[in-house]
Amino acid sequence: MSIIDWFAKKQKAPSKAERLNIPGDLWIKCPSCSEVLFTKDLEVNYKVCNHCNFHFRLSPEERLLYLFDKNSFVESDSNLKPIDFLKFKDTQQYSSRIKNAQQKSKKHEAVTIGQASINNKMVNLAIMDFFFLGGSMGSVVGEKITKIIEAAVENQHPLIIFTMSGGARMQEGLLSLMQMAKTSSALALLSEKKVPYITVLCDPTTGGTSASFAMLGDIQIAEPGALISFAGPRVIEQTIRQKLPDGFQKSEFLLEHGMVDMVTSRPDLKEILFDLVTLLDPREEVKK
Amino acid sequence: MTKILEFEKPIVELYEKIEQLKALSKSGNIELEKEIQRIEKRAKKLKMDIYSNLSPHQIVQIARHPNRPDSSSLFRLICEKFIPLHGDRQFRDDPSIVGGIGTIKGQRVILIGHQKGHDTKENIYRNFGMPHPEGYRKALRLMEMAQKFSIPIVTFIDTPGAYPGLGAEERGQAEAIARNLREMSSMTVPIISFVIGEGGSGGALAIGVSNKLYMLEYSVYSVISPEGCASILFRDAKKADEASKSLKITSVDVMGLGIADGVIPEPMGGSHNDWKNLSKDMKKQIVSDLKNYKLIKPEAIRQERYKKFREMGEFQV
Repeated sequence: MSIIDWFAKKQKAPSKAERLNIPGDLWIKCPSCSEVLFTKDLEVNYKVCNHCNFHFRLSPEERLLYLFDKNSFVESDSNLKPIDFLKFKDTQQYSSRIKNAQQKSKKHEAVTIGQASINNKMVNLAIMDFFFLGGSMGSVVGEKITKIIEAAVENQHPLIIFTMSGGARMQEGLLSLMQMAKTSSALALLSEKKVPYITVLCDPTTGGTSASFAMLGDIQIAEPGALISFAGPRVIEQTIRQKLPDGFQKSEFLLEHGMVDMVTSRPDLKEILFDLVTLLDPREEVKK
Repeated sequence: MTKILEFEKPIVELYEKIEQLKALSKSGNIELEKEIQRIEKRAKKLKMDIYSNLSPHQIVQIARHPNRPDSSSLFRLICEKFIPLHGDRQFRDDPSIVGGIGTIKGQRVILIGHQKGHDTKENIYRNFGMPHPEGYRKALRLMEMAQKFSIPIVTFIDTPGAYPGLGAEERGQAEAIARNLREMSSMTVPIISFVIGEGGSGGALAIGVSNKLYMLEYSVYSVISPEGCASILFRDAKKADEASKSLKITSVDVMGLGIADGVIPEPMGGSHNDWKNLSKDMKKQIVSDLKNYKLIKPEAIRQERYKKFREMGEFQV
């Protein structure tokens, strides 16, 4: 057997899981360090790889579970649904893209909003979902973000937004761009009311989302290793025709350049969020 | 020398033929008057046919025409007095955004606009009208000064988009744009915006959160460039033609979406040969709007702007 055949045979060898006939979802390979992780362990560890600290992307449900008091979340405006008002068709109809995403996620849109408590402290909450059409911001996402900001203006509880979005939703044309102005305008009102606003920038936060409400927090926290940028790395490489340096546009790079206050690992996030909302909230002073 | 666009070539060829015939008729003393008249008529009809049936993709080409009027020139044509102002006071003066203070029919205004060049050398200096964060911070600095001294703001939008580059990202392109959106929304002076060429995405909106938005007839305003959309969604950069149709980016489309408040008509085929008449129409619009806003209380001006953007969006409840 030549050495090439030997390698070919070795590559074709069944994986460890296949050999032992273990169901596929018991183990998961870390996309960053390739370590095989036991799914149960990963879930206990906030879906963070205990070898390399890689943060797996979370659904809104998982974030609620990990970071907020049990059963405290009350969802609002879950009835808002997107429509294909431009009859936009690229390789697929936008309407069928929506349908597929809704069936897969069992949700109407890429953001979930409502109120929840964190160590019994009430907060207003928006959690974006990259798994729904790349977390892109169309009319519904813009409307729901605006509604939760307006709720915070009204009820004066701090606002926390988890951003996780590729940017504006192209299939809704210019109206999706206008959601940037709509959400940012509402934040001006919130700022005047002196209600604390914290953003947690998750992987990825880019384009129209980063260039609007994501970057307007009183405090900005980034999850480790998240891509946070205005233009995507591929677009920049094509424009400047250079390879980008390692770690460019990652959370740690943003911290170094003064764009975020901290990079916080998920297991520490709940306590940090609780401390910040209580320390900032002027209504806490009154209570004392 | 005015650049000739691909679809304009048949028209230009006919006019060249007419010139040749005229010369021939003069030098050879041949009677060609009838023939010339016939071709002139045909040229006129052809011009009408081509320019009244422009595809969105062709309109994009007019919007990007190198001889299209630029912000600085329009400031000078519209204002009696105009003093350019520079710098963001933090990093540098970004040549992709220009601004200054002036008067329009005696009324004080702060003017801000994206600035493209008319040739390669100037375009390199202006970074093809693609601002860095310091450009947006300069714009904000001028707008805050306008607010401080109660001076109305006029902005001209003409950019392919905010610059996607290393330094731009390092210095917070996203933050600079986001801040402008928020701060513009709370200004109590009136803000009037014109898309004079290309309205490219967030980089355009960053000086466009206005009370009134006007599109020049052959300008475009889009969430992403047709080329960008084609390569991402259509998986084929050559489908920019199709993407420009789907995205609804022409002045008529943007009016239809309820985002623009009006369209400023241009001479047939675009303003690149006639800046003066265009500037007169723009001036008329600005003067009339400023007159109206003088009667409105500052807080109501802010509320009007907030309400306008608050109502944008199409969805099902």
